[in-house]
Amino acid sequence: MSDLVDRALQGDRLSLAKLITLVESDPIEGRKVISTISPLTGKAHIIGLTGSPGAGKSSLINGLISELRHRKKKIGVIAIDPTSPFSGGAFLGDRIRMASASLDKGVFVRSMGSRGRLGGVSRATSDVIKLFDACGKDIILVETAGAGQLDVEISKIVDTVMVMTTPEGGDDIQIAKAGIMEIGDIFIVNKADFGDADSRVYEINMMIHSLSGRDLSWTPQVIKTVAISNIGVEDLCDLIEKHYHFLRETHLLFERRRQRKKSELLDTFKEVVVEHTIRHMNKDGRFDMLVEKVLNNKLDIYSAVNQLIGVLKRKRSEF
Amino acid sequence: MSEAEKIRVLLAKPGLDGHDRGVKVVALAIRNAGMEVIYMGRHKTPKEIVEAAIQEDANVVGLSNLSGSYRELFPKVVRLLKKNGLENVKVIGGGIILDEDIPALEKLGIKIFPVGSRTDEIIKHIRKSASN
Repeated sequence: MSDLVDRALQGDRLSLAKLITLVESDPIEGRKVISTISPLTGKAHIIGLTGSPGAGKSSLINGLISELRHRKKKIGVIAIDPTSPFSGGAFLGDRIRMASASLDKGVFVRSMGSRGRLGGVSRATSDVIKLFDACGKDIILVETAGAGQLDVEISKIVDTVMVMTTPEGGDDIQIAKAGIMEIGDIFIVNKADFGDADSRVYEINMMIHSLSGRDLSWTPQVIKTVAISNIGVEDLCDLIEKHYHFLRETHLLFERRRQRKKSELLDTFKEVVVEHTIRHMNKDGRFDMLVEKVLNNKLDIYSAVNQLIGVLKRKRSEF
Repeated sequence: MSEAEKIRVLLAKPGLDGHDRGVKVVALAIRNAGMEVIYMGRHKTPKEIVEAAIQEDANVVGLSNLSGSYRELFPKVVRLLKKNGLENVKVIGGGIILDEDIPALEKLGIKIFPVGSRTDEIIKHIRKSASN
């Protein structure tokens, strides 16, 4: 494993690809990799792009890649598509739109299935961000799976949140709804050559000026794009750089990353504790027995949880 | 859902050939079999396909061609995979492949599924070859 890490850090793309597979599929080995490379992280600008299916996210990423390469940035892209809750399979189709830099060694695109996680990102997304960061990417673009109104997870793992919508994506009532429309640092109205894009920009600006409950020292900006014709992409890159500059100047970057580490620590703690406890109790079928007891009203759910905590206390030396 | 390593299949259409109905049917079948399929689309060069296979850490690369250029392009993909250290990646090919060309392609390690092949046979082959 350390060979793989060394080679990836020296720029070997196949080793980086293998490490991504490892953090995706083998939590125990994957965590060791992340522990090793963590000291090297924190340098990249992490940008999320979310929006409904078919809004044009992948096409815009394609344009962003060209423009950011023009600006001499090294780029890592994580493109997430949904994993089937039925078969466990996934059709990962974002790469089809990202042909602009397919032979450029300064760009690394990885497609990922959501693998059972809701909210538009996968469990391993934060780990893959860290891998790209450690391997010297200047900019990491995370494209979520097509998102719905409550899919705000992306805002917990990136520095700059971009929310994409289209002129045809509903009226001002949709924009006024809580959730995804509250998380953007930059709002993009794509397919601006269709429908009434200016009204949509106006409606989003109205919404922005009534936002509350989040830090608004940066006023979220709205921009029009036509991703497939590269219209607005240069201005968008300027805006992205402006936001990053703002985050750094105001120390908001540090504050956001503090919040991020906090939720990441809690999430990982929950994940490891649950995984460890269940693995231990599954050895002799005790977890299923506990479920039976709750089912038959022999035990209430909170007492059952207390039993799980008891197991955890007795087995803490195994962590 | 199992966190175990999923089989990842990269599908692409090399060359100047726009007939993508077949490869899309295969892509859906692979998805429905519980694997991850990365579909690259049409008009890809062998270099682009191999670079994507590297970044995506694909176990299997599937090539579809209905224009006759498979004679040049399929072997080129195999050569480039080897050159880039991906000799473990299995290659399958489909589309309109003449009977007389199949032995030479299979000799290079490309398993051919010509027009009329059943998707369950393709899935079975992918499962078997990815586990080797």
